[in-house]
Amino acid sequence: MTRYTSATPDDRAEMLATIGVDSVDELFEQVPDALRLDRPLALPEGMSEADVYERLTALAARNADAEEQVCFVGAGMYDHYVPAIVDAIAQRSEFLTPYTPYQPEISQGGLQVMFEFQTAMSELTALPVSNAGLYEGPSSVASAGYLAMAATGRRRLVVSRGLHPHSRETLATYAVGYGAEVVEVGLNDGATDADELAQAVDGETAAVFLQSPNFLGAIERVEALGASAREHGALLVVACDPMTLGVLKPPGEQGADIALGEGQPLGNRLDFGGPSFGFFCASEELIRRMPGRIAGETDDVDGRRGFVLALQTREQHIRREKATHNICTAQALNALAAMVHLAWLGREGYRELGELLVRRTAYARERLASVEGIELLHGAPVARELAIRVAAPADRVLERCAERGIAAGYPLGRDYPEHEDGLLVAITERRTKAQIDDLVEAIAESVTLFGYTPNNATEGAAR
Amino acid sequence: MNQQDEAVLTIYERSKPGRRAAVLPDAEVPEAPLEELIPAELLREEPPRLPEVSEPEIVRHYNRLSRRNFDLDTGFYPLGSCTMKHNPRLNERVAALPGHARLHPAQDPKRAQGALELMWLLQESLAEICGLPHVSLQPSAGSHGELAGLLLTRAFHADRGEERTKVLAPDTSHGTNPASVTMAGYKAVKVATNERGGVEMDDLRAKIDEDPGDVACLMLTNPNTLGLFDENIAEIAALIHEAGGTLYYDGANLNAVMGHSRPGDMGFDIVHVNLHKSFSQPHGGGGPGAGPIAVSERIEPFLPRPQVVRREDGNGSGPFFDLDLERPKSIGRLRGFQGNFGVFVRSYAYILSLGADGLAEASETAVLNANYLKACLAAGRAGERLPVAFDRHCMHEFVLSGKPMKKELGLATLDLAKRLLDFGFHPPTVYFPLLVEEALMIEPTETETKESLDAFAEAIERILAEAEEDPEVAKQAPYTTPVRRLDEVKATRKPVVRQPLDG
Repeated sequence: MTRYTSATPDDRAEMLATIGVDSVDELFEQVPDALRLDRPLALPEGMSEADVYERLTALAARNADAEEQVCFVGAGMYDHYVPAIVDAIAQRSEFLTPYTPYQPEISQGGLQVMFEFQTAMSELTALPVSNAGLYEGPSSVASAGYLAMAATGRRRLVVSRGLHPHSRETLATYAVGYGAEVVEVGLNDGATDADELAQAVDGETAAVFLQSPNFLGAIERVEALGASAREHGALLVVACDPMTLGVLKPPGEQGADIALGEGQPLGNRLDFGGPSFGFFCASEELIRRMPGRIAGETDDVDGRRGFVLALQTREQHIRREKATHNICTAQALNALAAMVHLAWLGREGYRELGELLVRRTAYARERLASVEGIELLHGAPVARELAIRVAAPADRVLERCAERGIAAGYPLGRDYPEHEDGLLVAITERRTKAQIDDLVEAIAESVTLFGYTPNNATEGAAR
Repeated sequence: MNQQDEAVLTIYERSKPGRRAAVLPDAEVPEAPLEELIPAELLREEPPRLPEVSEPEIVRHYNRLSRRNFDLDTGFYPLGSCTMKHNPRLNERVAALPGHARLHPAQDPKRAQGALELMWLLQESLAEICGLPHVSLQPSAGSHGELAGLLLTRAFHADRGEERTKVLAPDTSHGTNPASVTMAGYKAVKVATNERGGVEMDDLRAKIDEDPGDVACLMLTNPNTLGLFDENIAEIAALIHEAGGTLYYDGANLNAVMGHSRPGDMGFDIVHVNLHKSFSQPHGGGGPGAGPIAVSERIEPFLPRPQVVRREDGNGSGPFFDLDLERPKSIGRLRGFQGNFGVFVRSYAYILSLGADGLAEASETAVLNANYLKACLAAGRAGERLPVAFDRHCMHEFVLSGKPMKKELGLATLDLAKRLLDFGFHPPTVYFPLLVEEALMIEPTETETKESLDAFAEAIERILAEAEEDPEVAKQAPYTTPVRRLDEVKATRKPVVRQPLDG
């Protein structure tokens, strides 16, 4: 008997007799001989639960997580505190182990959570329609491109360089498939270049993609930047950080047709990048073109309130090749975690958290800017993440800080070669004033050690 | 207000100004007015109307809601093509270790060696199970893997200076297949099914012969959605390869063949694996999952970026695991960061637990359970009323047709499904695949006991017996669920997709 099965030898004998065969092997006879694997898989033998636990604990120990290092790395995923009730509720069997709610009579819990989640995301983004979640952030951006092409009949997608590099890359990957042309617009002092954007948008443009705060932390002037999209009848798609929407003007109030983003900051752990969820909100007109699951309120035959999957005629299991999208998941458990986190924060707590992030980020920015050898990468307003330039090789600065137990930030050089010495520093409510002070001190020290000064001429030359 | 009504209040309807749960840390830094930090026109005027509720209320609300869900931990869930097997709690425990759960995805690879090694080991394991040499863990779900596979196909042909437009798939395929085909910019072409439940070879040949140079790919599930292994697979593979196309394996049904037969050996170039099906990731009420892809040598150059690689360290201090971002021919990224790592941890724990022997035995037991349940049903009233669509041994699942039941008793498959709810069972997948009238697709999985299979067969028997007496009972079912049949038409015609809020 293997792990997790329960057929005893007697069971097997009885079952085979009922089927009318002598062995399970007979059942496999439909697999042609030439295609039967004639050896065991080249994998280890099964292990005891205790041994598996030890093996995985040993692997986990070789990672420097946010308990071991003070984490100032963000770049789309953030080390927020996840309240205990999120874990307690999300680990309940009734939420953890069901399938997609195809049988609504026995799935009211999950469907109602979707409905509550949709309401919350609509509120956050100030757009009337939300789906129940997509895979994660960057692929949601690519999904918006697909929607925009279908909605406008156009093929040109104009993208700000402030959009997360992973979002731009994912959009480019998808665009090869659905046949879109992607045009990038540059940044000016950290924010999207308004003139360049206006020139790039034309009557063939299906959508304009902005992110605010953008990847460099700058809060974009979305409303003004959206003017050219409105003028040419293109959709305005705004990626946003759900932890900033308690204080920042929401996309829906700035003319966005679609607001979307990475949902991880809401109730989801870092998990080395996933699973999390993508949120996707839109204007009323786009509801029948939305990707993903959507829960809707209705009544049962006795007139009782209930919830179902609404608008299923958009979806692949009904419409097949004519579906609005191929997606078949809602990341329901991750969206549940977000909903519980949002309920826990509540209306006031959510705003307070946003304010806390803004104030601590402002403090960190001011402290960092005051250090010789550190300058701000741009002067645009920021909310929870900021970009600096260090007068030393960024990798050496990060390495030195890591030795002091600090993950100091995300190096910008790989994604933005024009900012080779740039660092992106993220703040969460877990990053205390004392930790921020330590960070400033650690970066200052490493700039002194490795800076491009006459004393370190070789370092500078090696640059 | 009784318990029933109490349960359907939303969290917003429980809200009362002034209540709250969260206590946040002190700011500790100067509390300047926000307008001094961010221009006023970029600030939100009113906070979003999130609920105002205390922690005890939140806990009670969501626990009450949870009781309105049916779940795998409570009952039998024979949902065809979904592989509702047991979700081991060990996997939850190891996924929650801080070294996994609090690891930032942008961590420098040298400080994430454990995570990258785990990903590499999972890649190697899946490669062996699929019989294909290379794996990308990046796709977030089966449908995402399909899209990846089609984009790989496009890149593969483009690299040879070809542009092909058609993707063939059987009429029994999952709905995601044709939807992915369209998203990838291809045209979906249906291939018919023969009387044995496999691909109709003459139709396949005809569809290829129309213009062999235009066939980009054939997408196939094997065993297919009828639960039958296509005996002609070697010939099918030869035909497609001869035409120059790629062969894509939808791994939704991999649970039937682990350790017994490998898609790579069948001739497939690209396979997606649903870690939430065969490899025990909990379904979470509709996500998360993961859909890694395994590919042949000729597809490898085009795999998504980044790819987890093992580099042999020159200093003799052992191998180094890294993220390869270069990959000049890659189709690029399919998502942010490296994929659904939390799912990888669970599935790797599962593979370690079962091992080579356990995986093979899991598939064997899945096939045994399916054939046993099929035989039990055939011996009862279902044998007449719900005959199996293709009468041969099945693999891990089988499809019944409710056509006689509908004709003779006036009972639709939907009615039977709804009546099963009153017996405490999750119904099978219904009305799929489309070519079987009034279809019921049943997949018991290996983790069910003989007793639960017997009980399910007994419930079907009782429902059919009851319907012979009075079909109205099932037609009005269910009776014992938190709500009864819901008006789905209304929810689509006049969708209410959010709570109206005041103030």
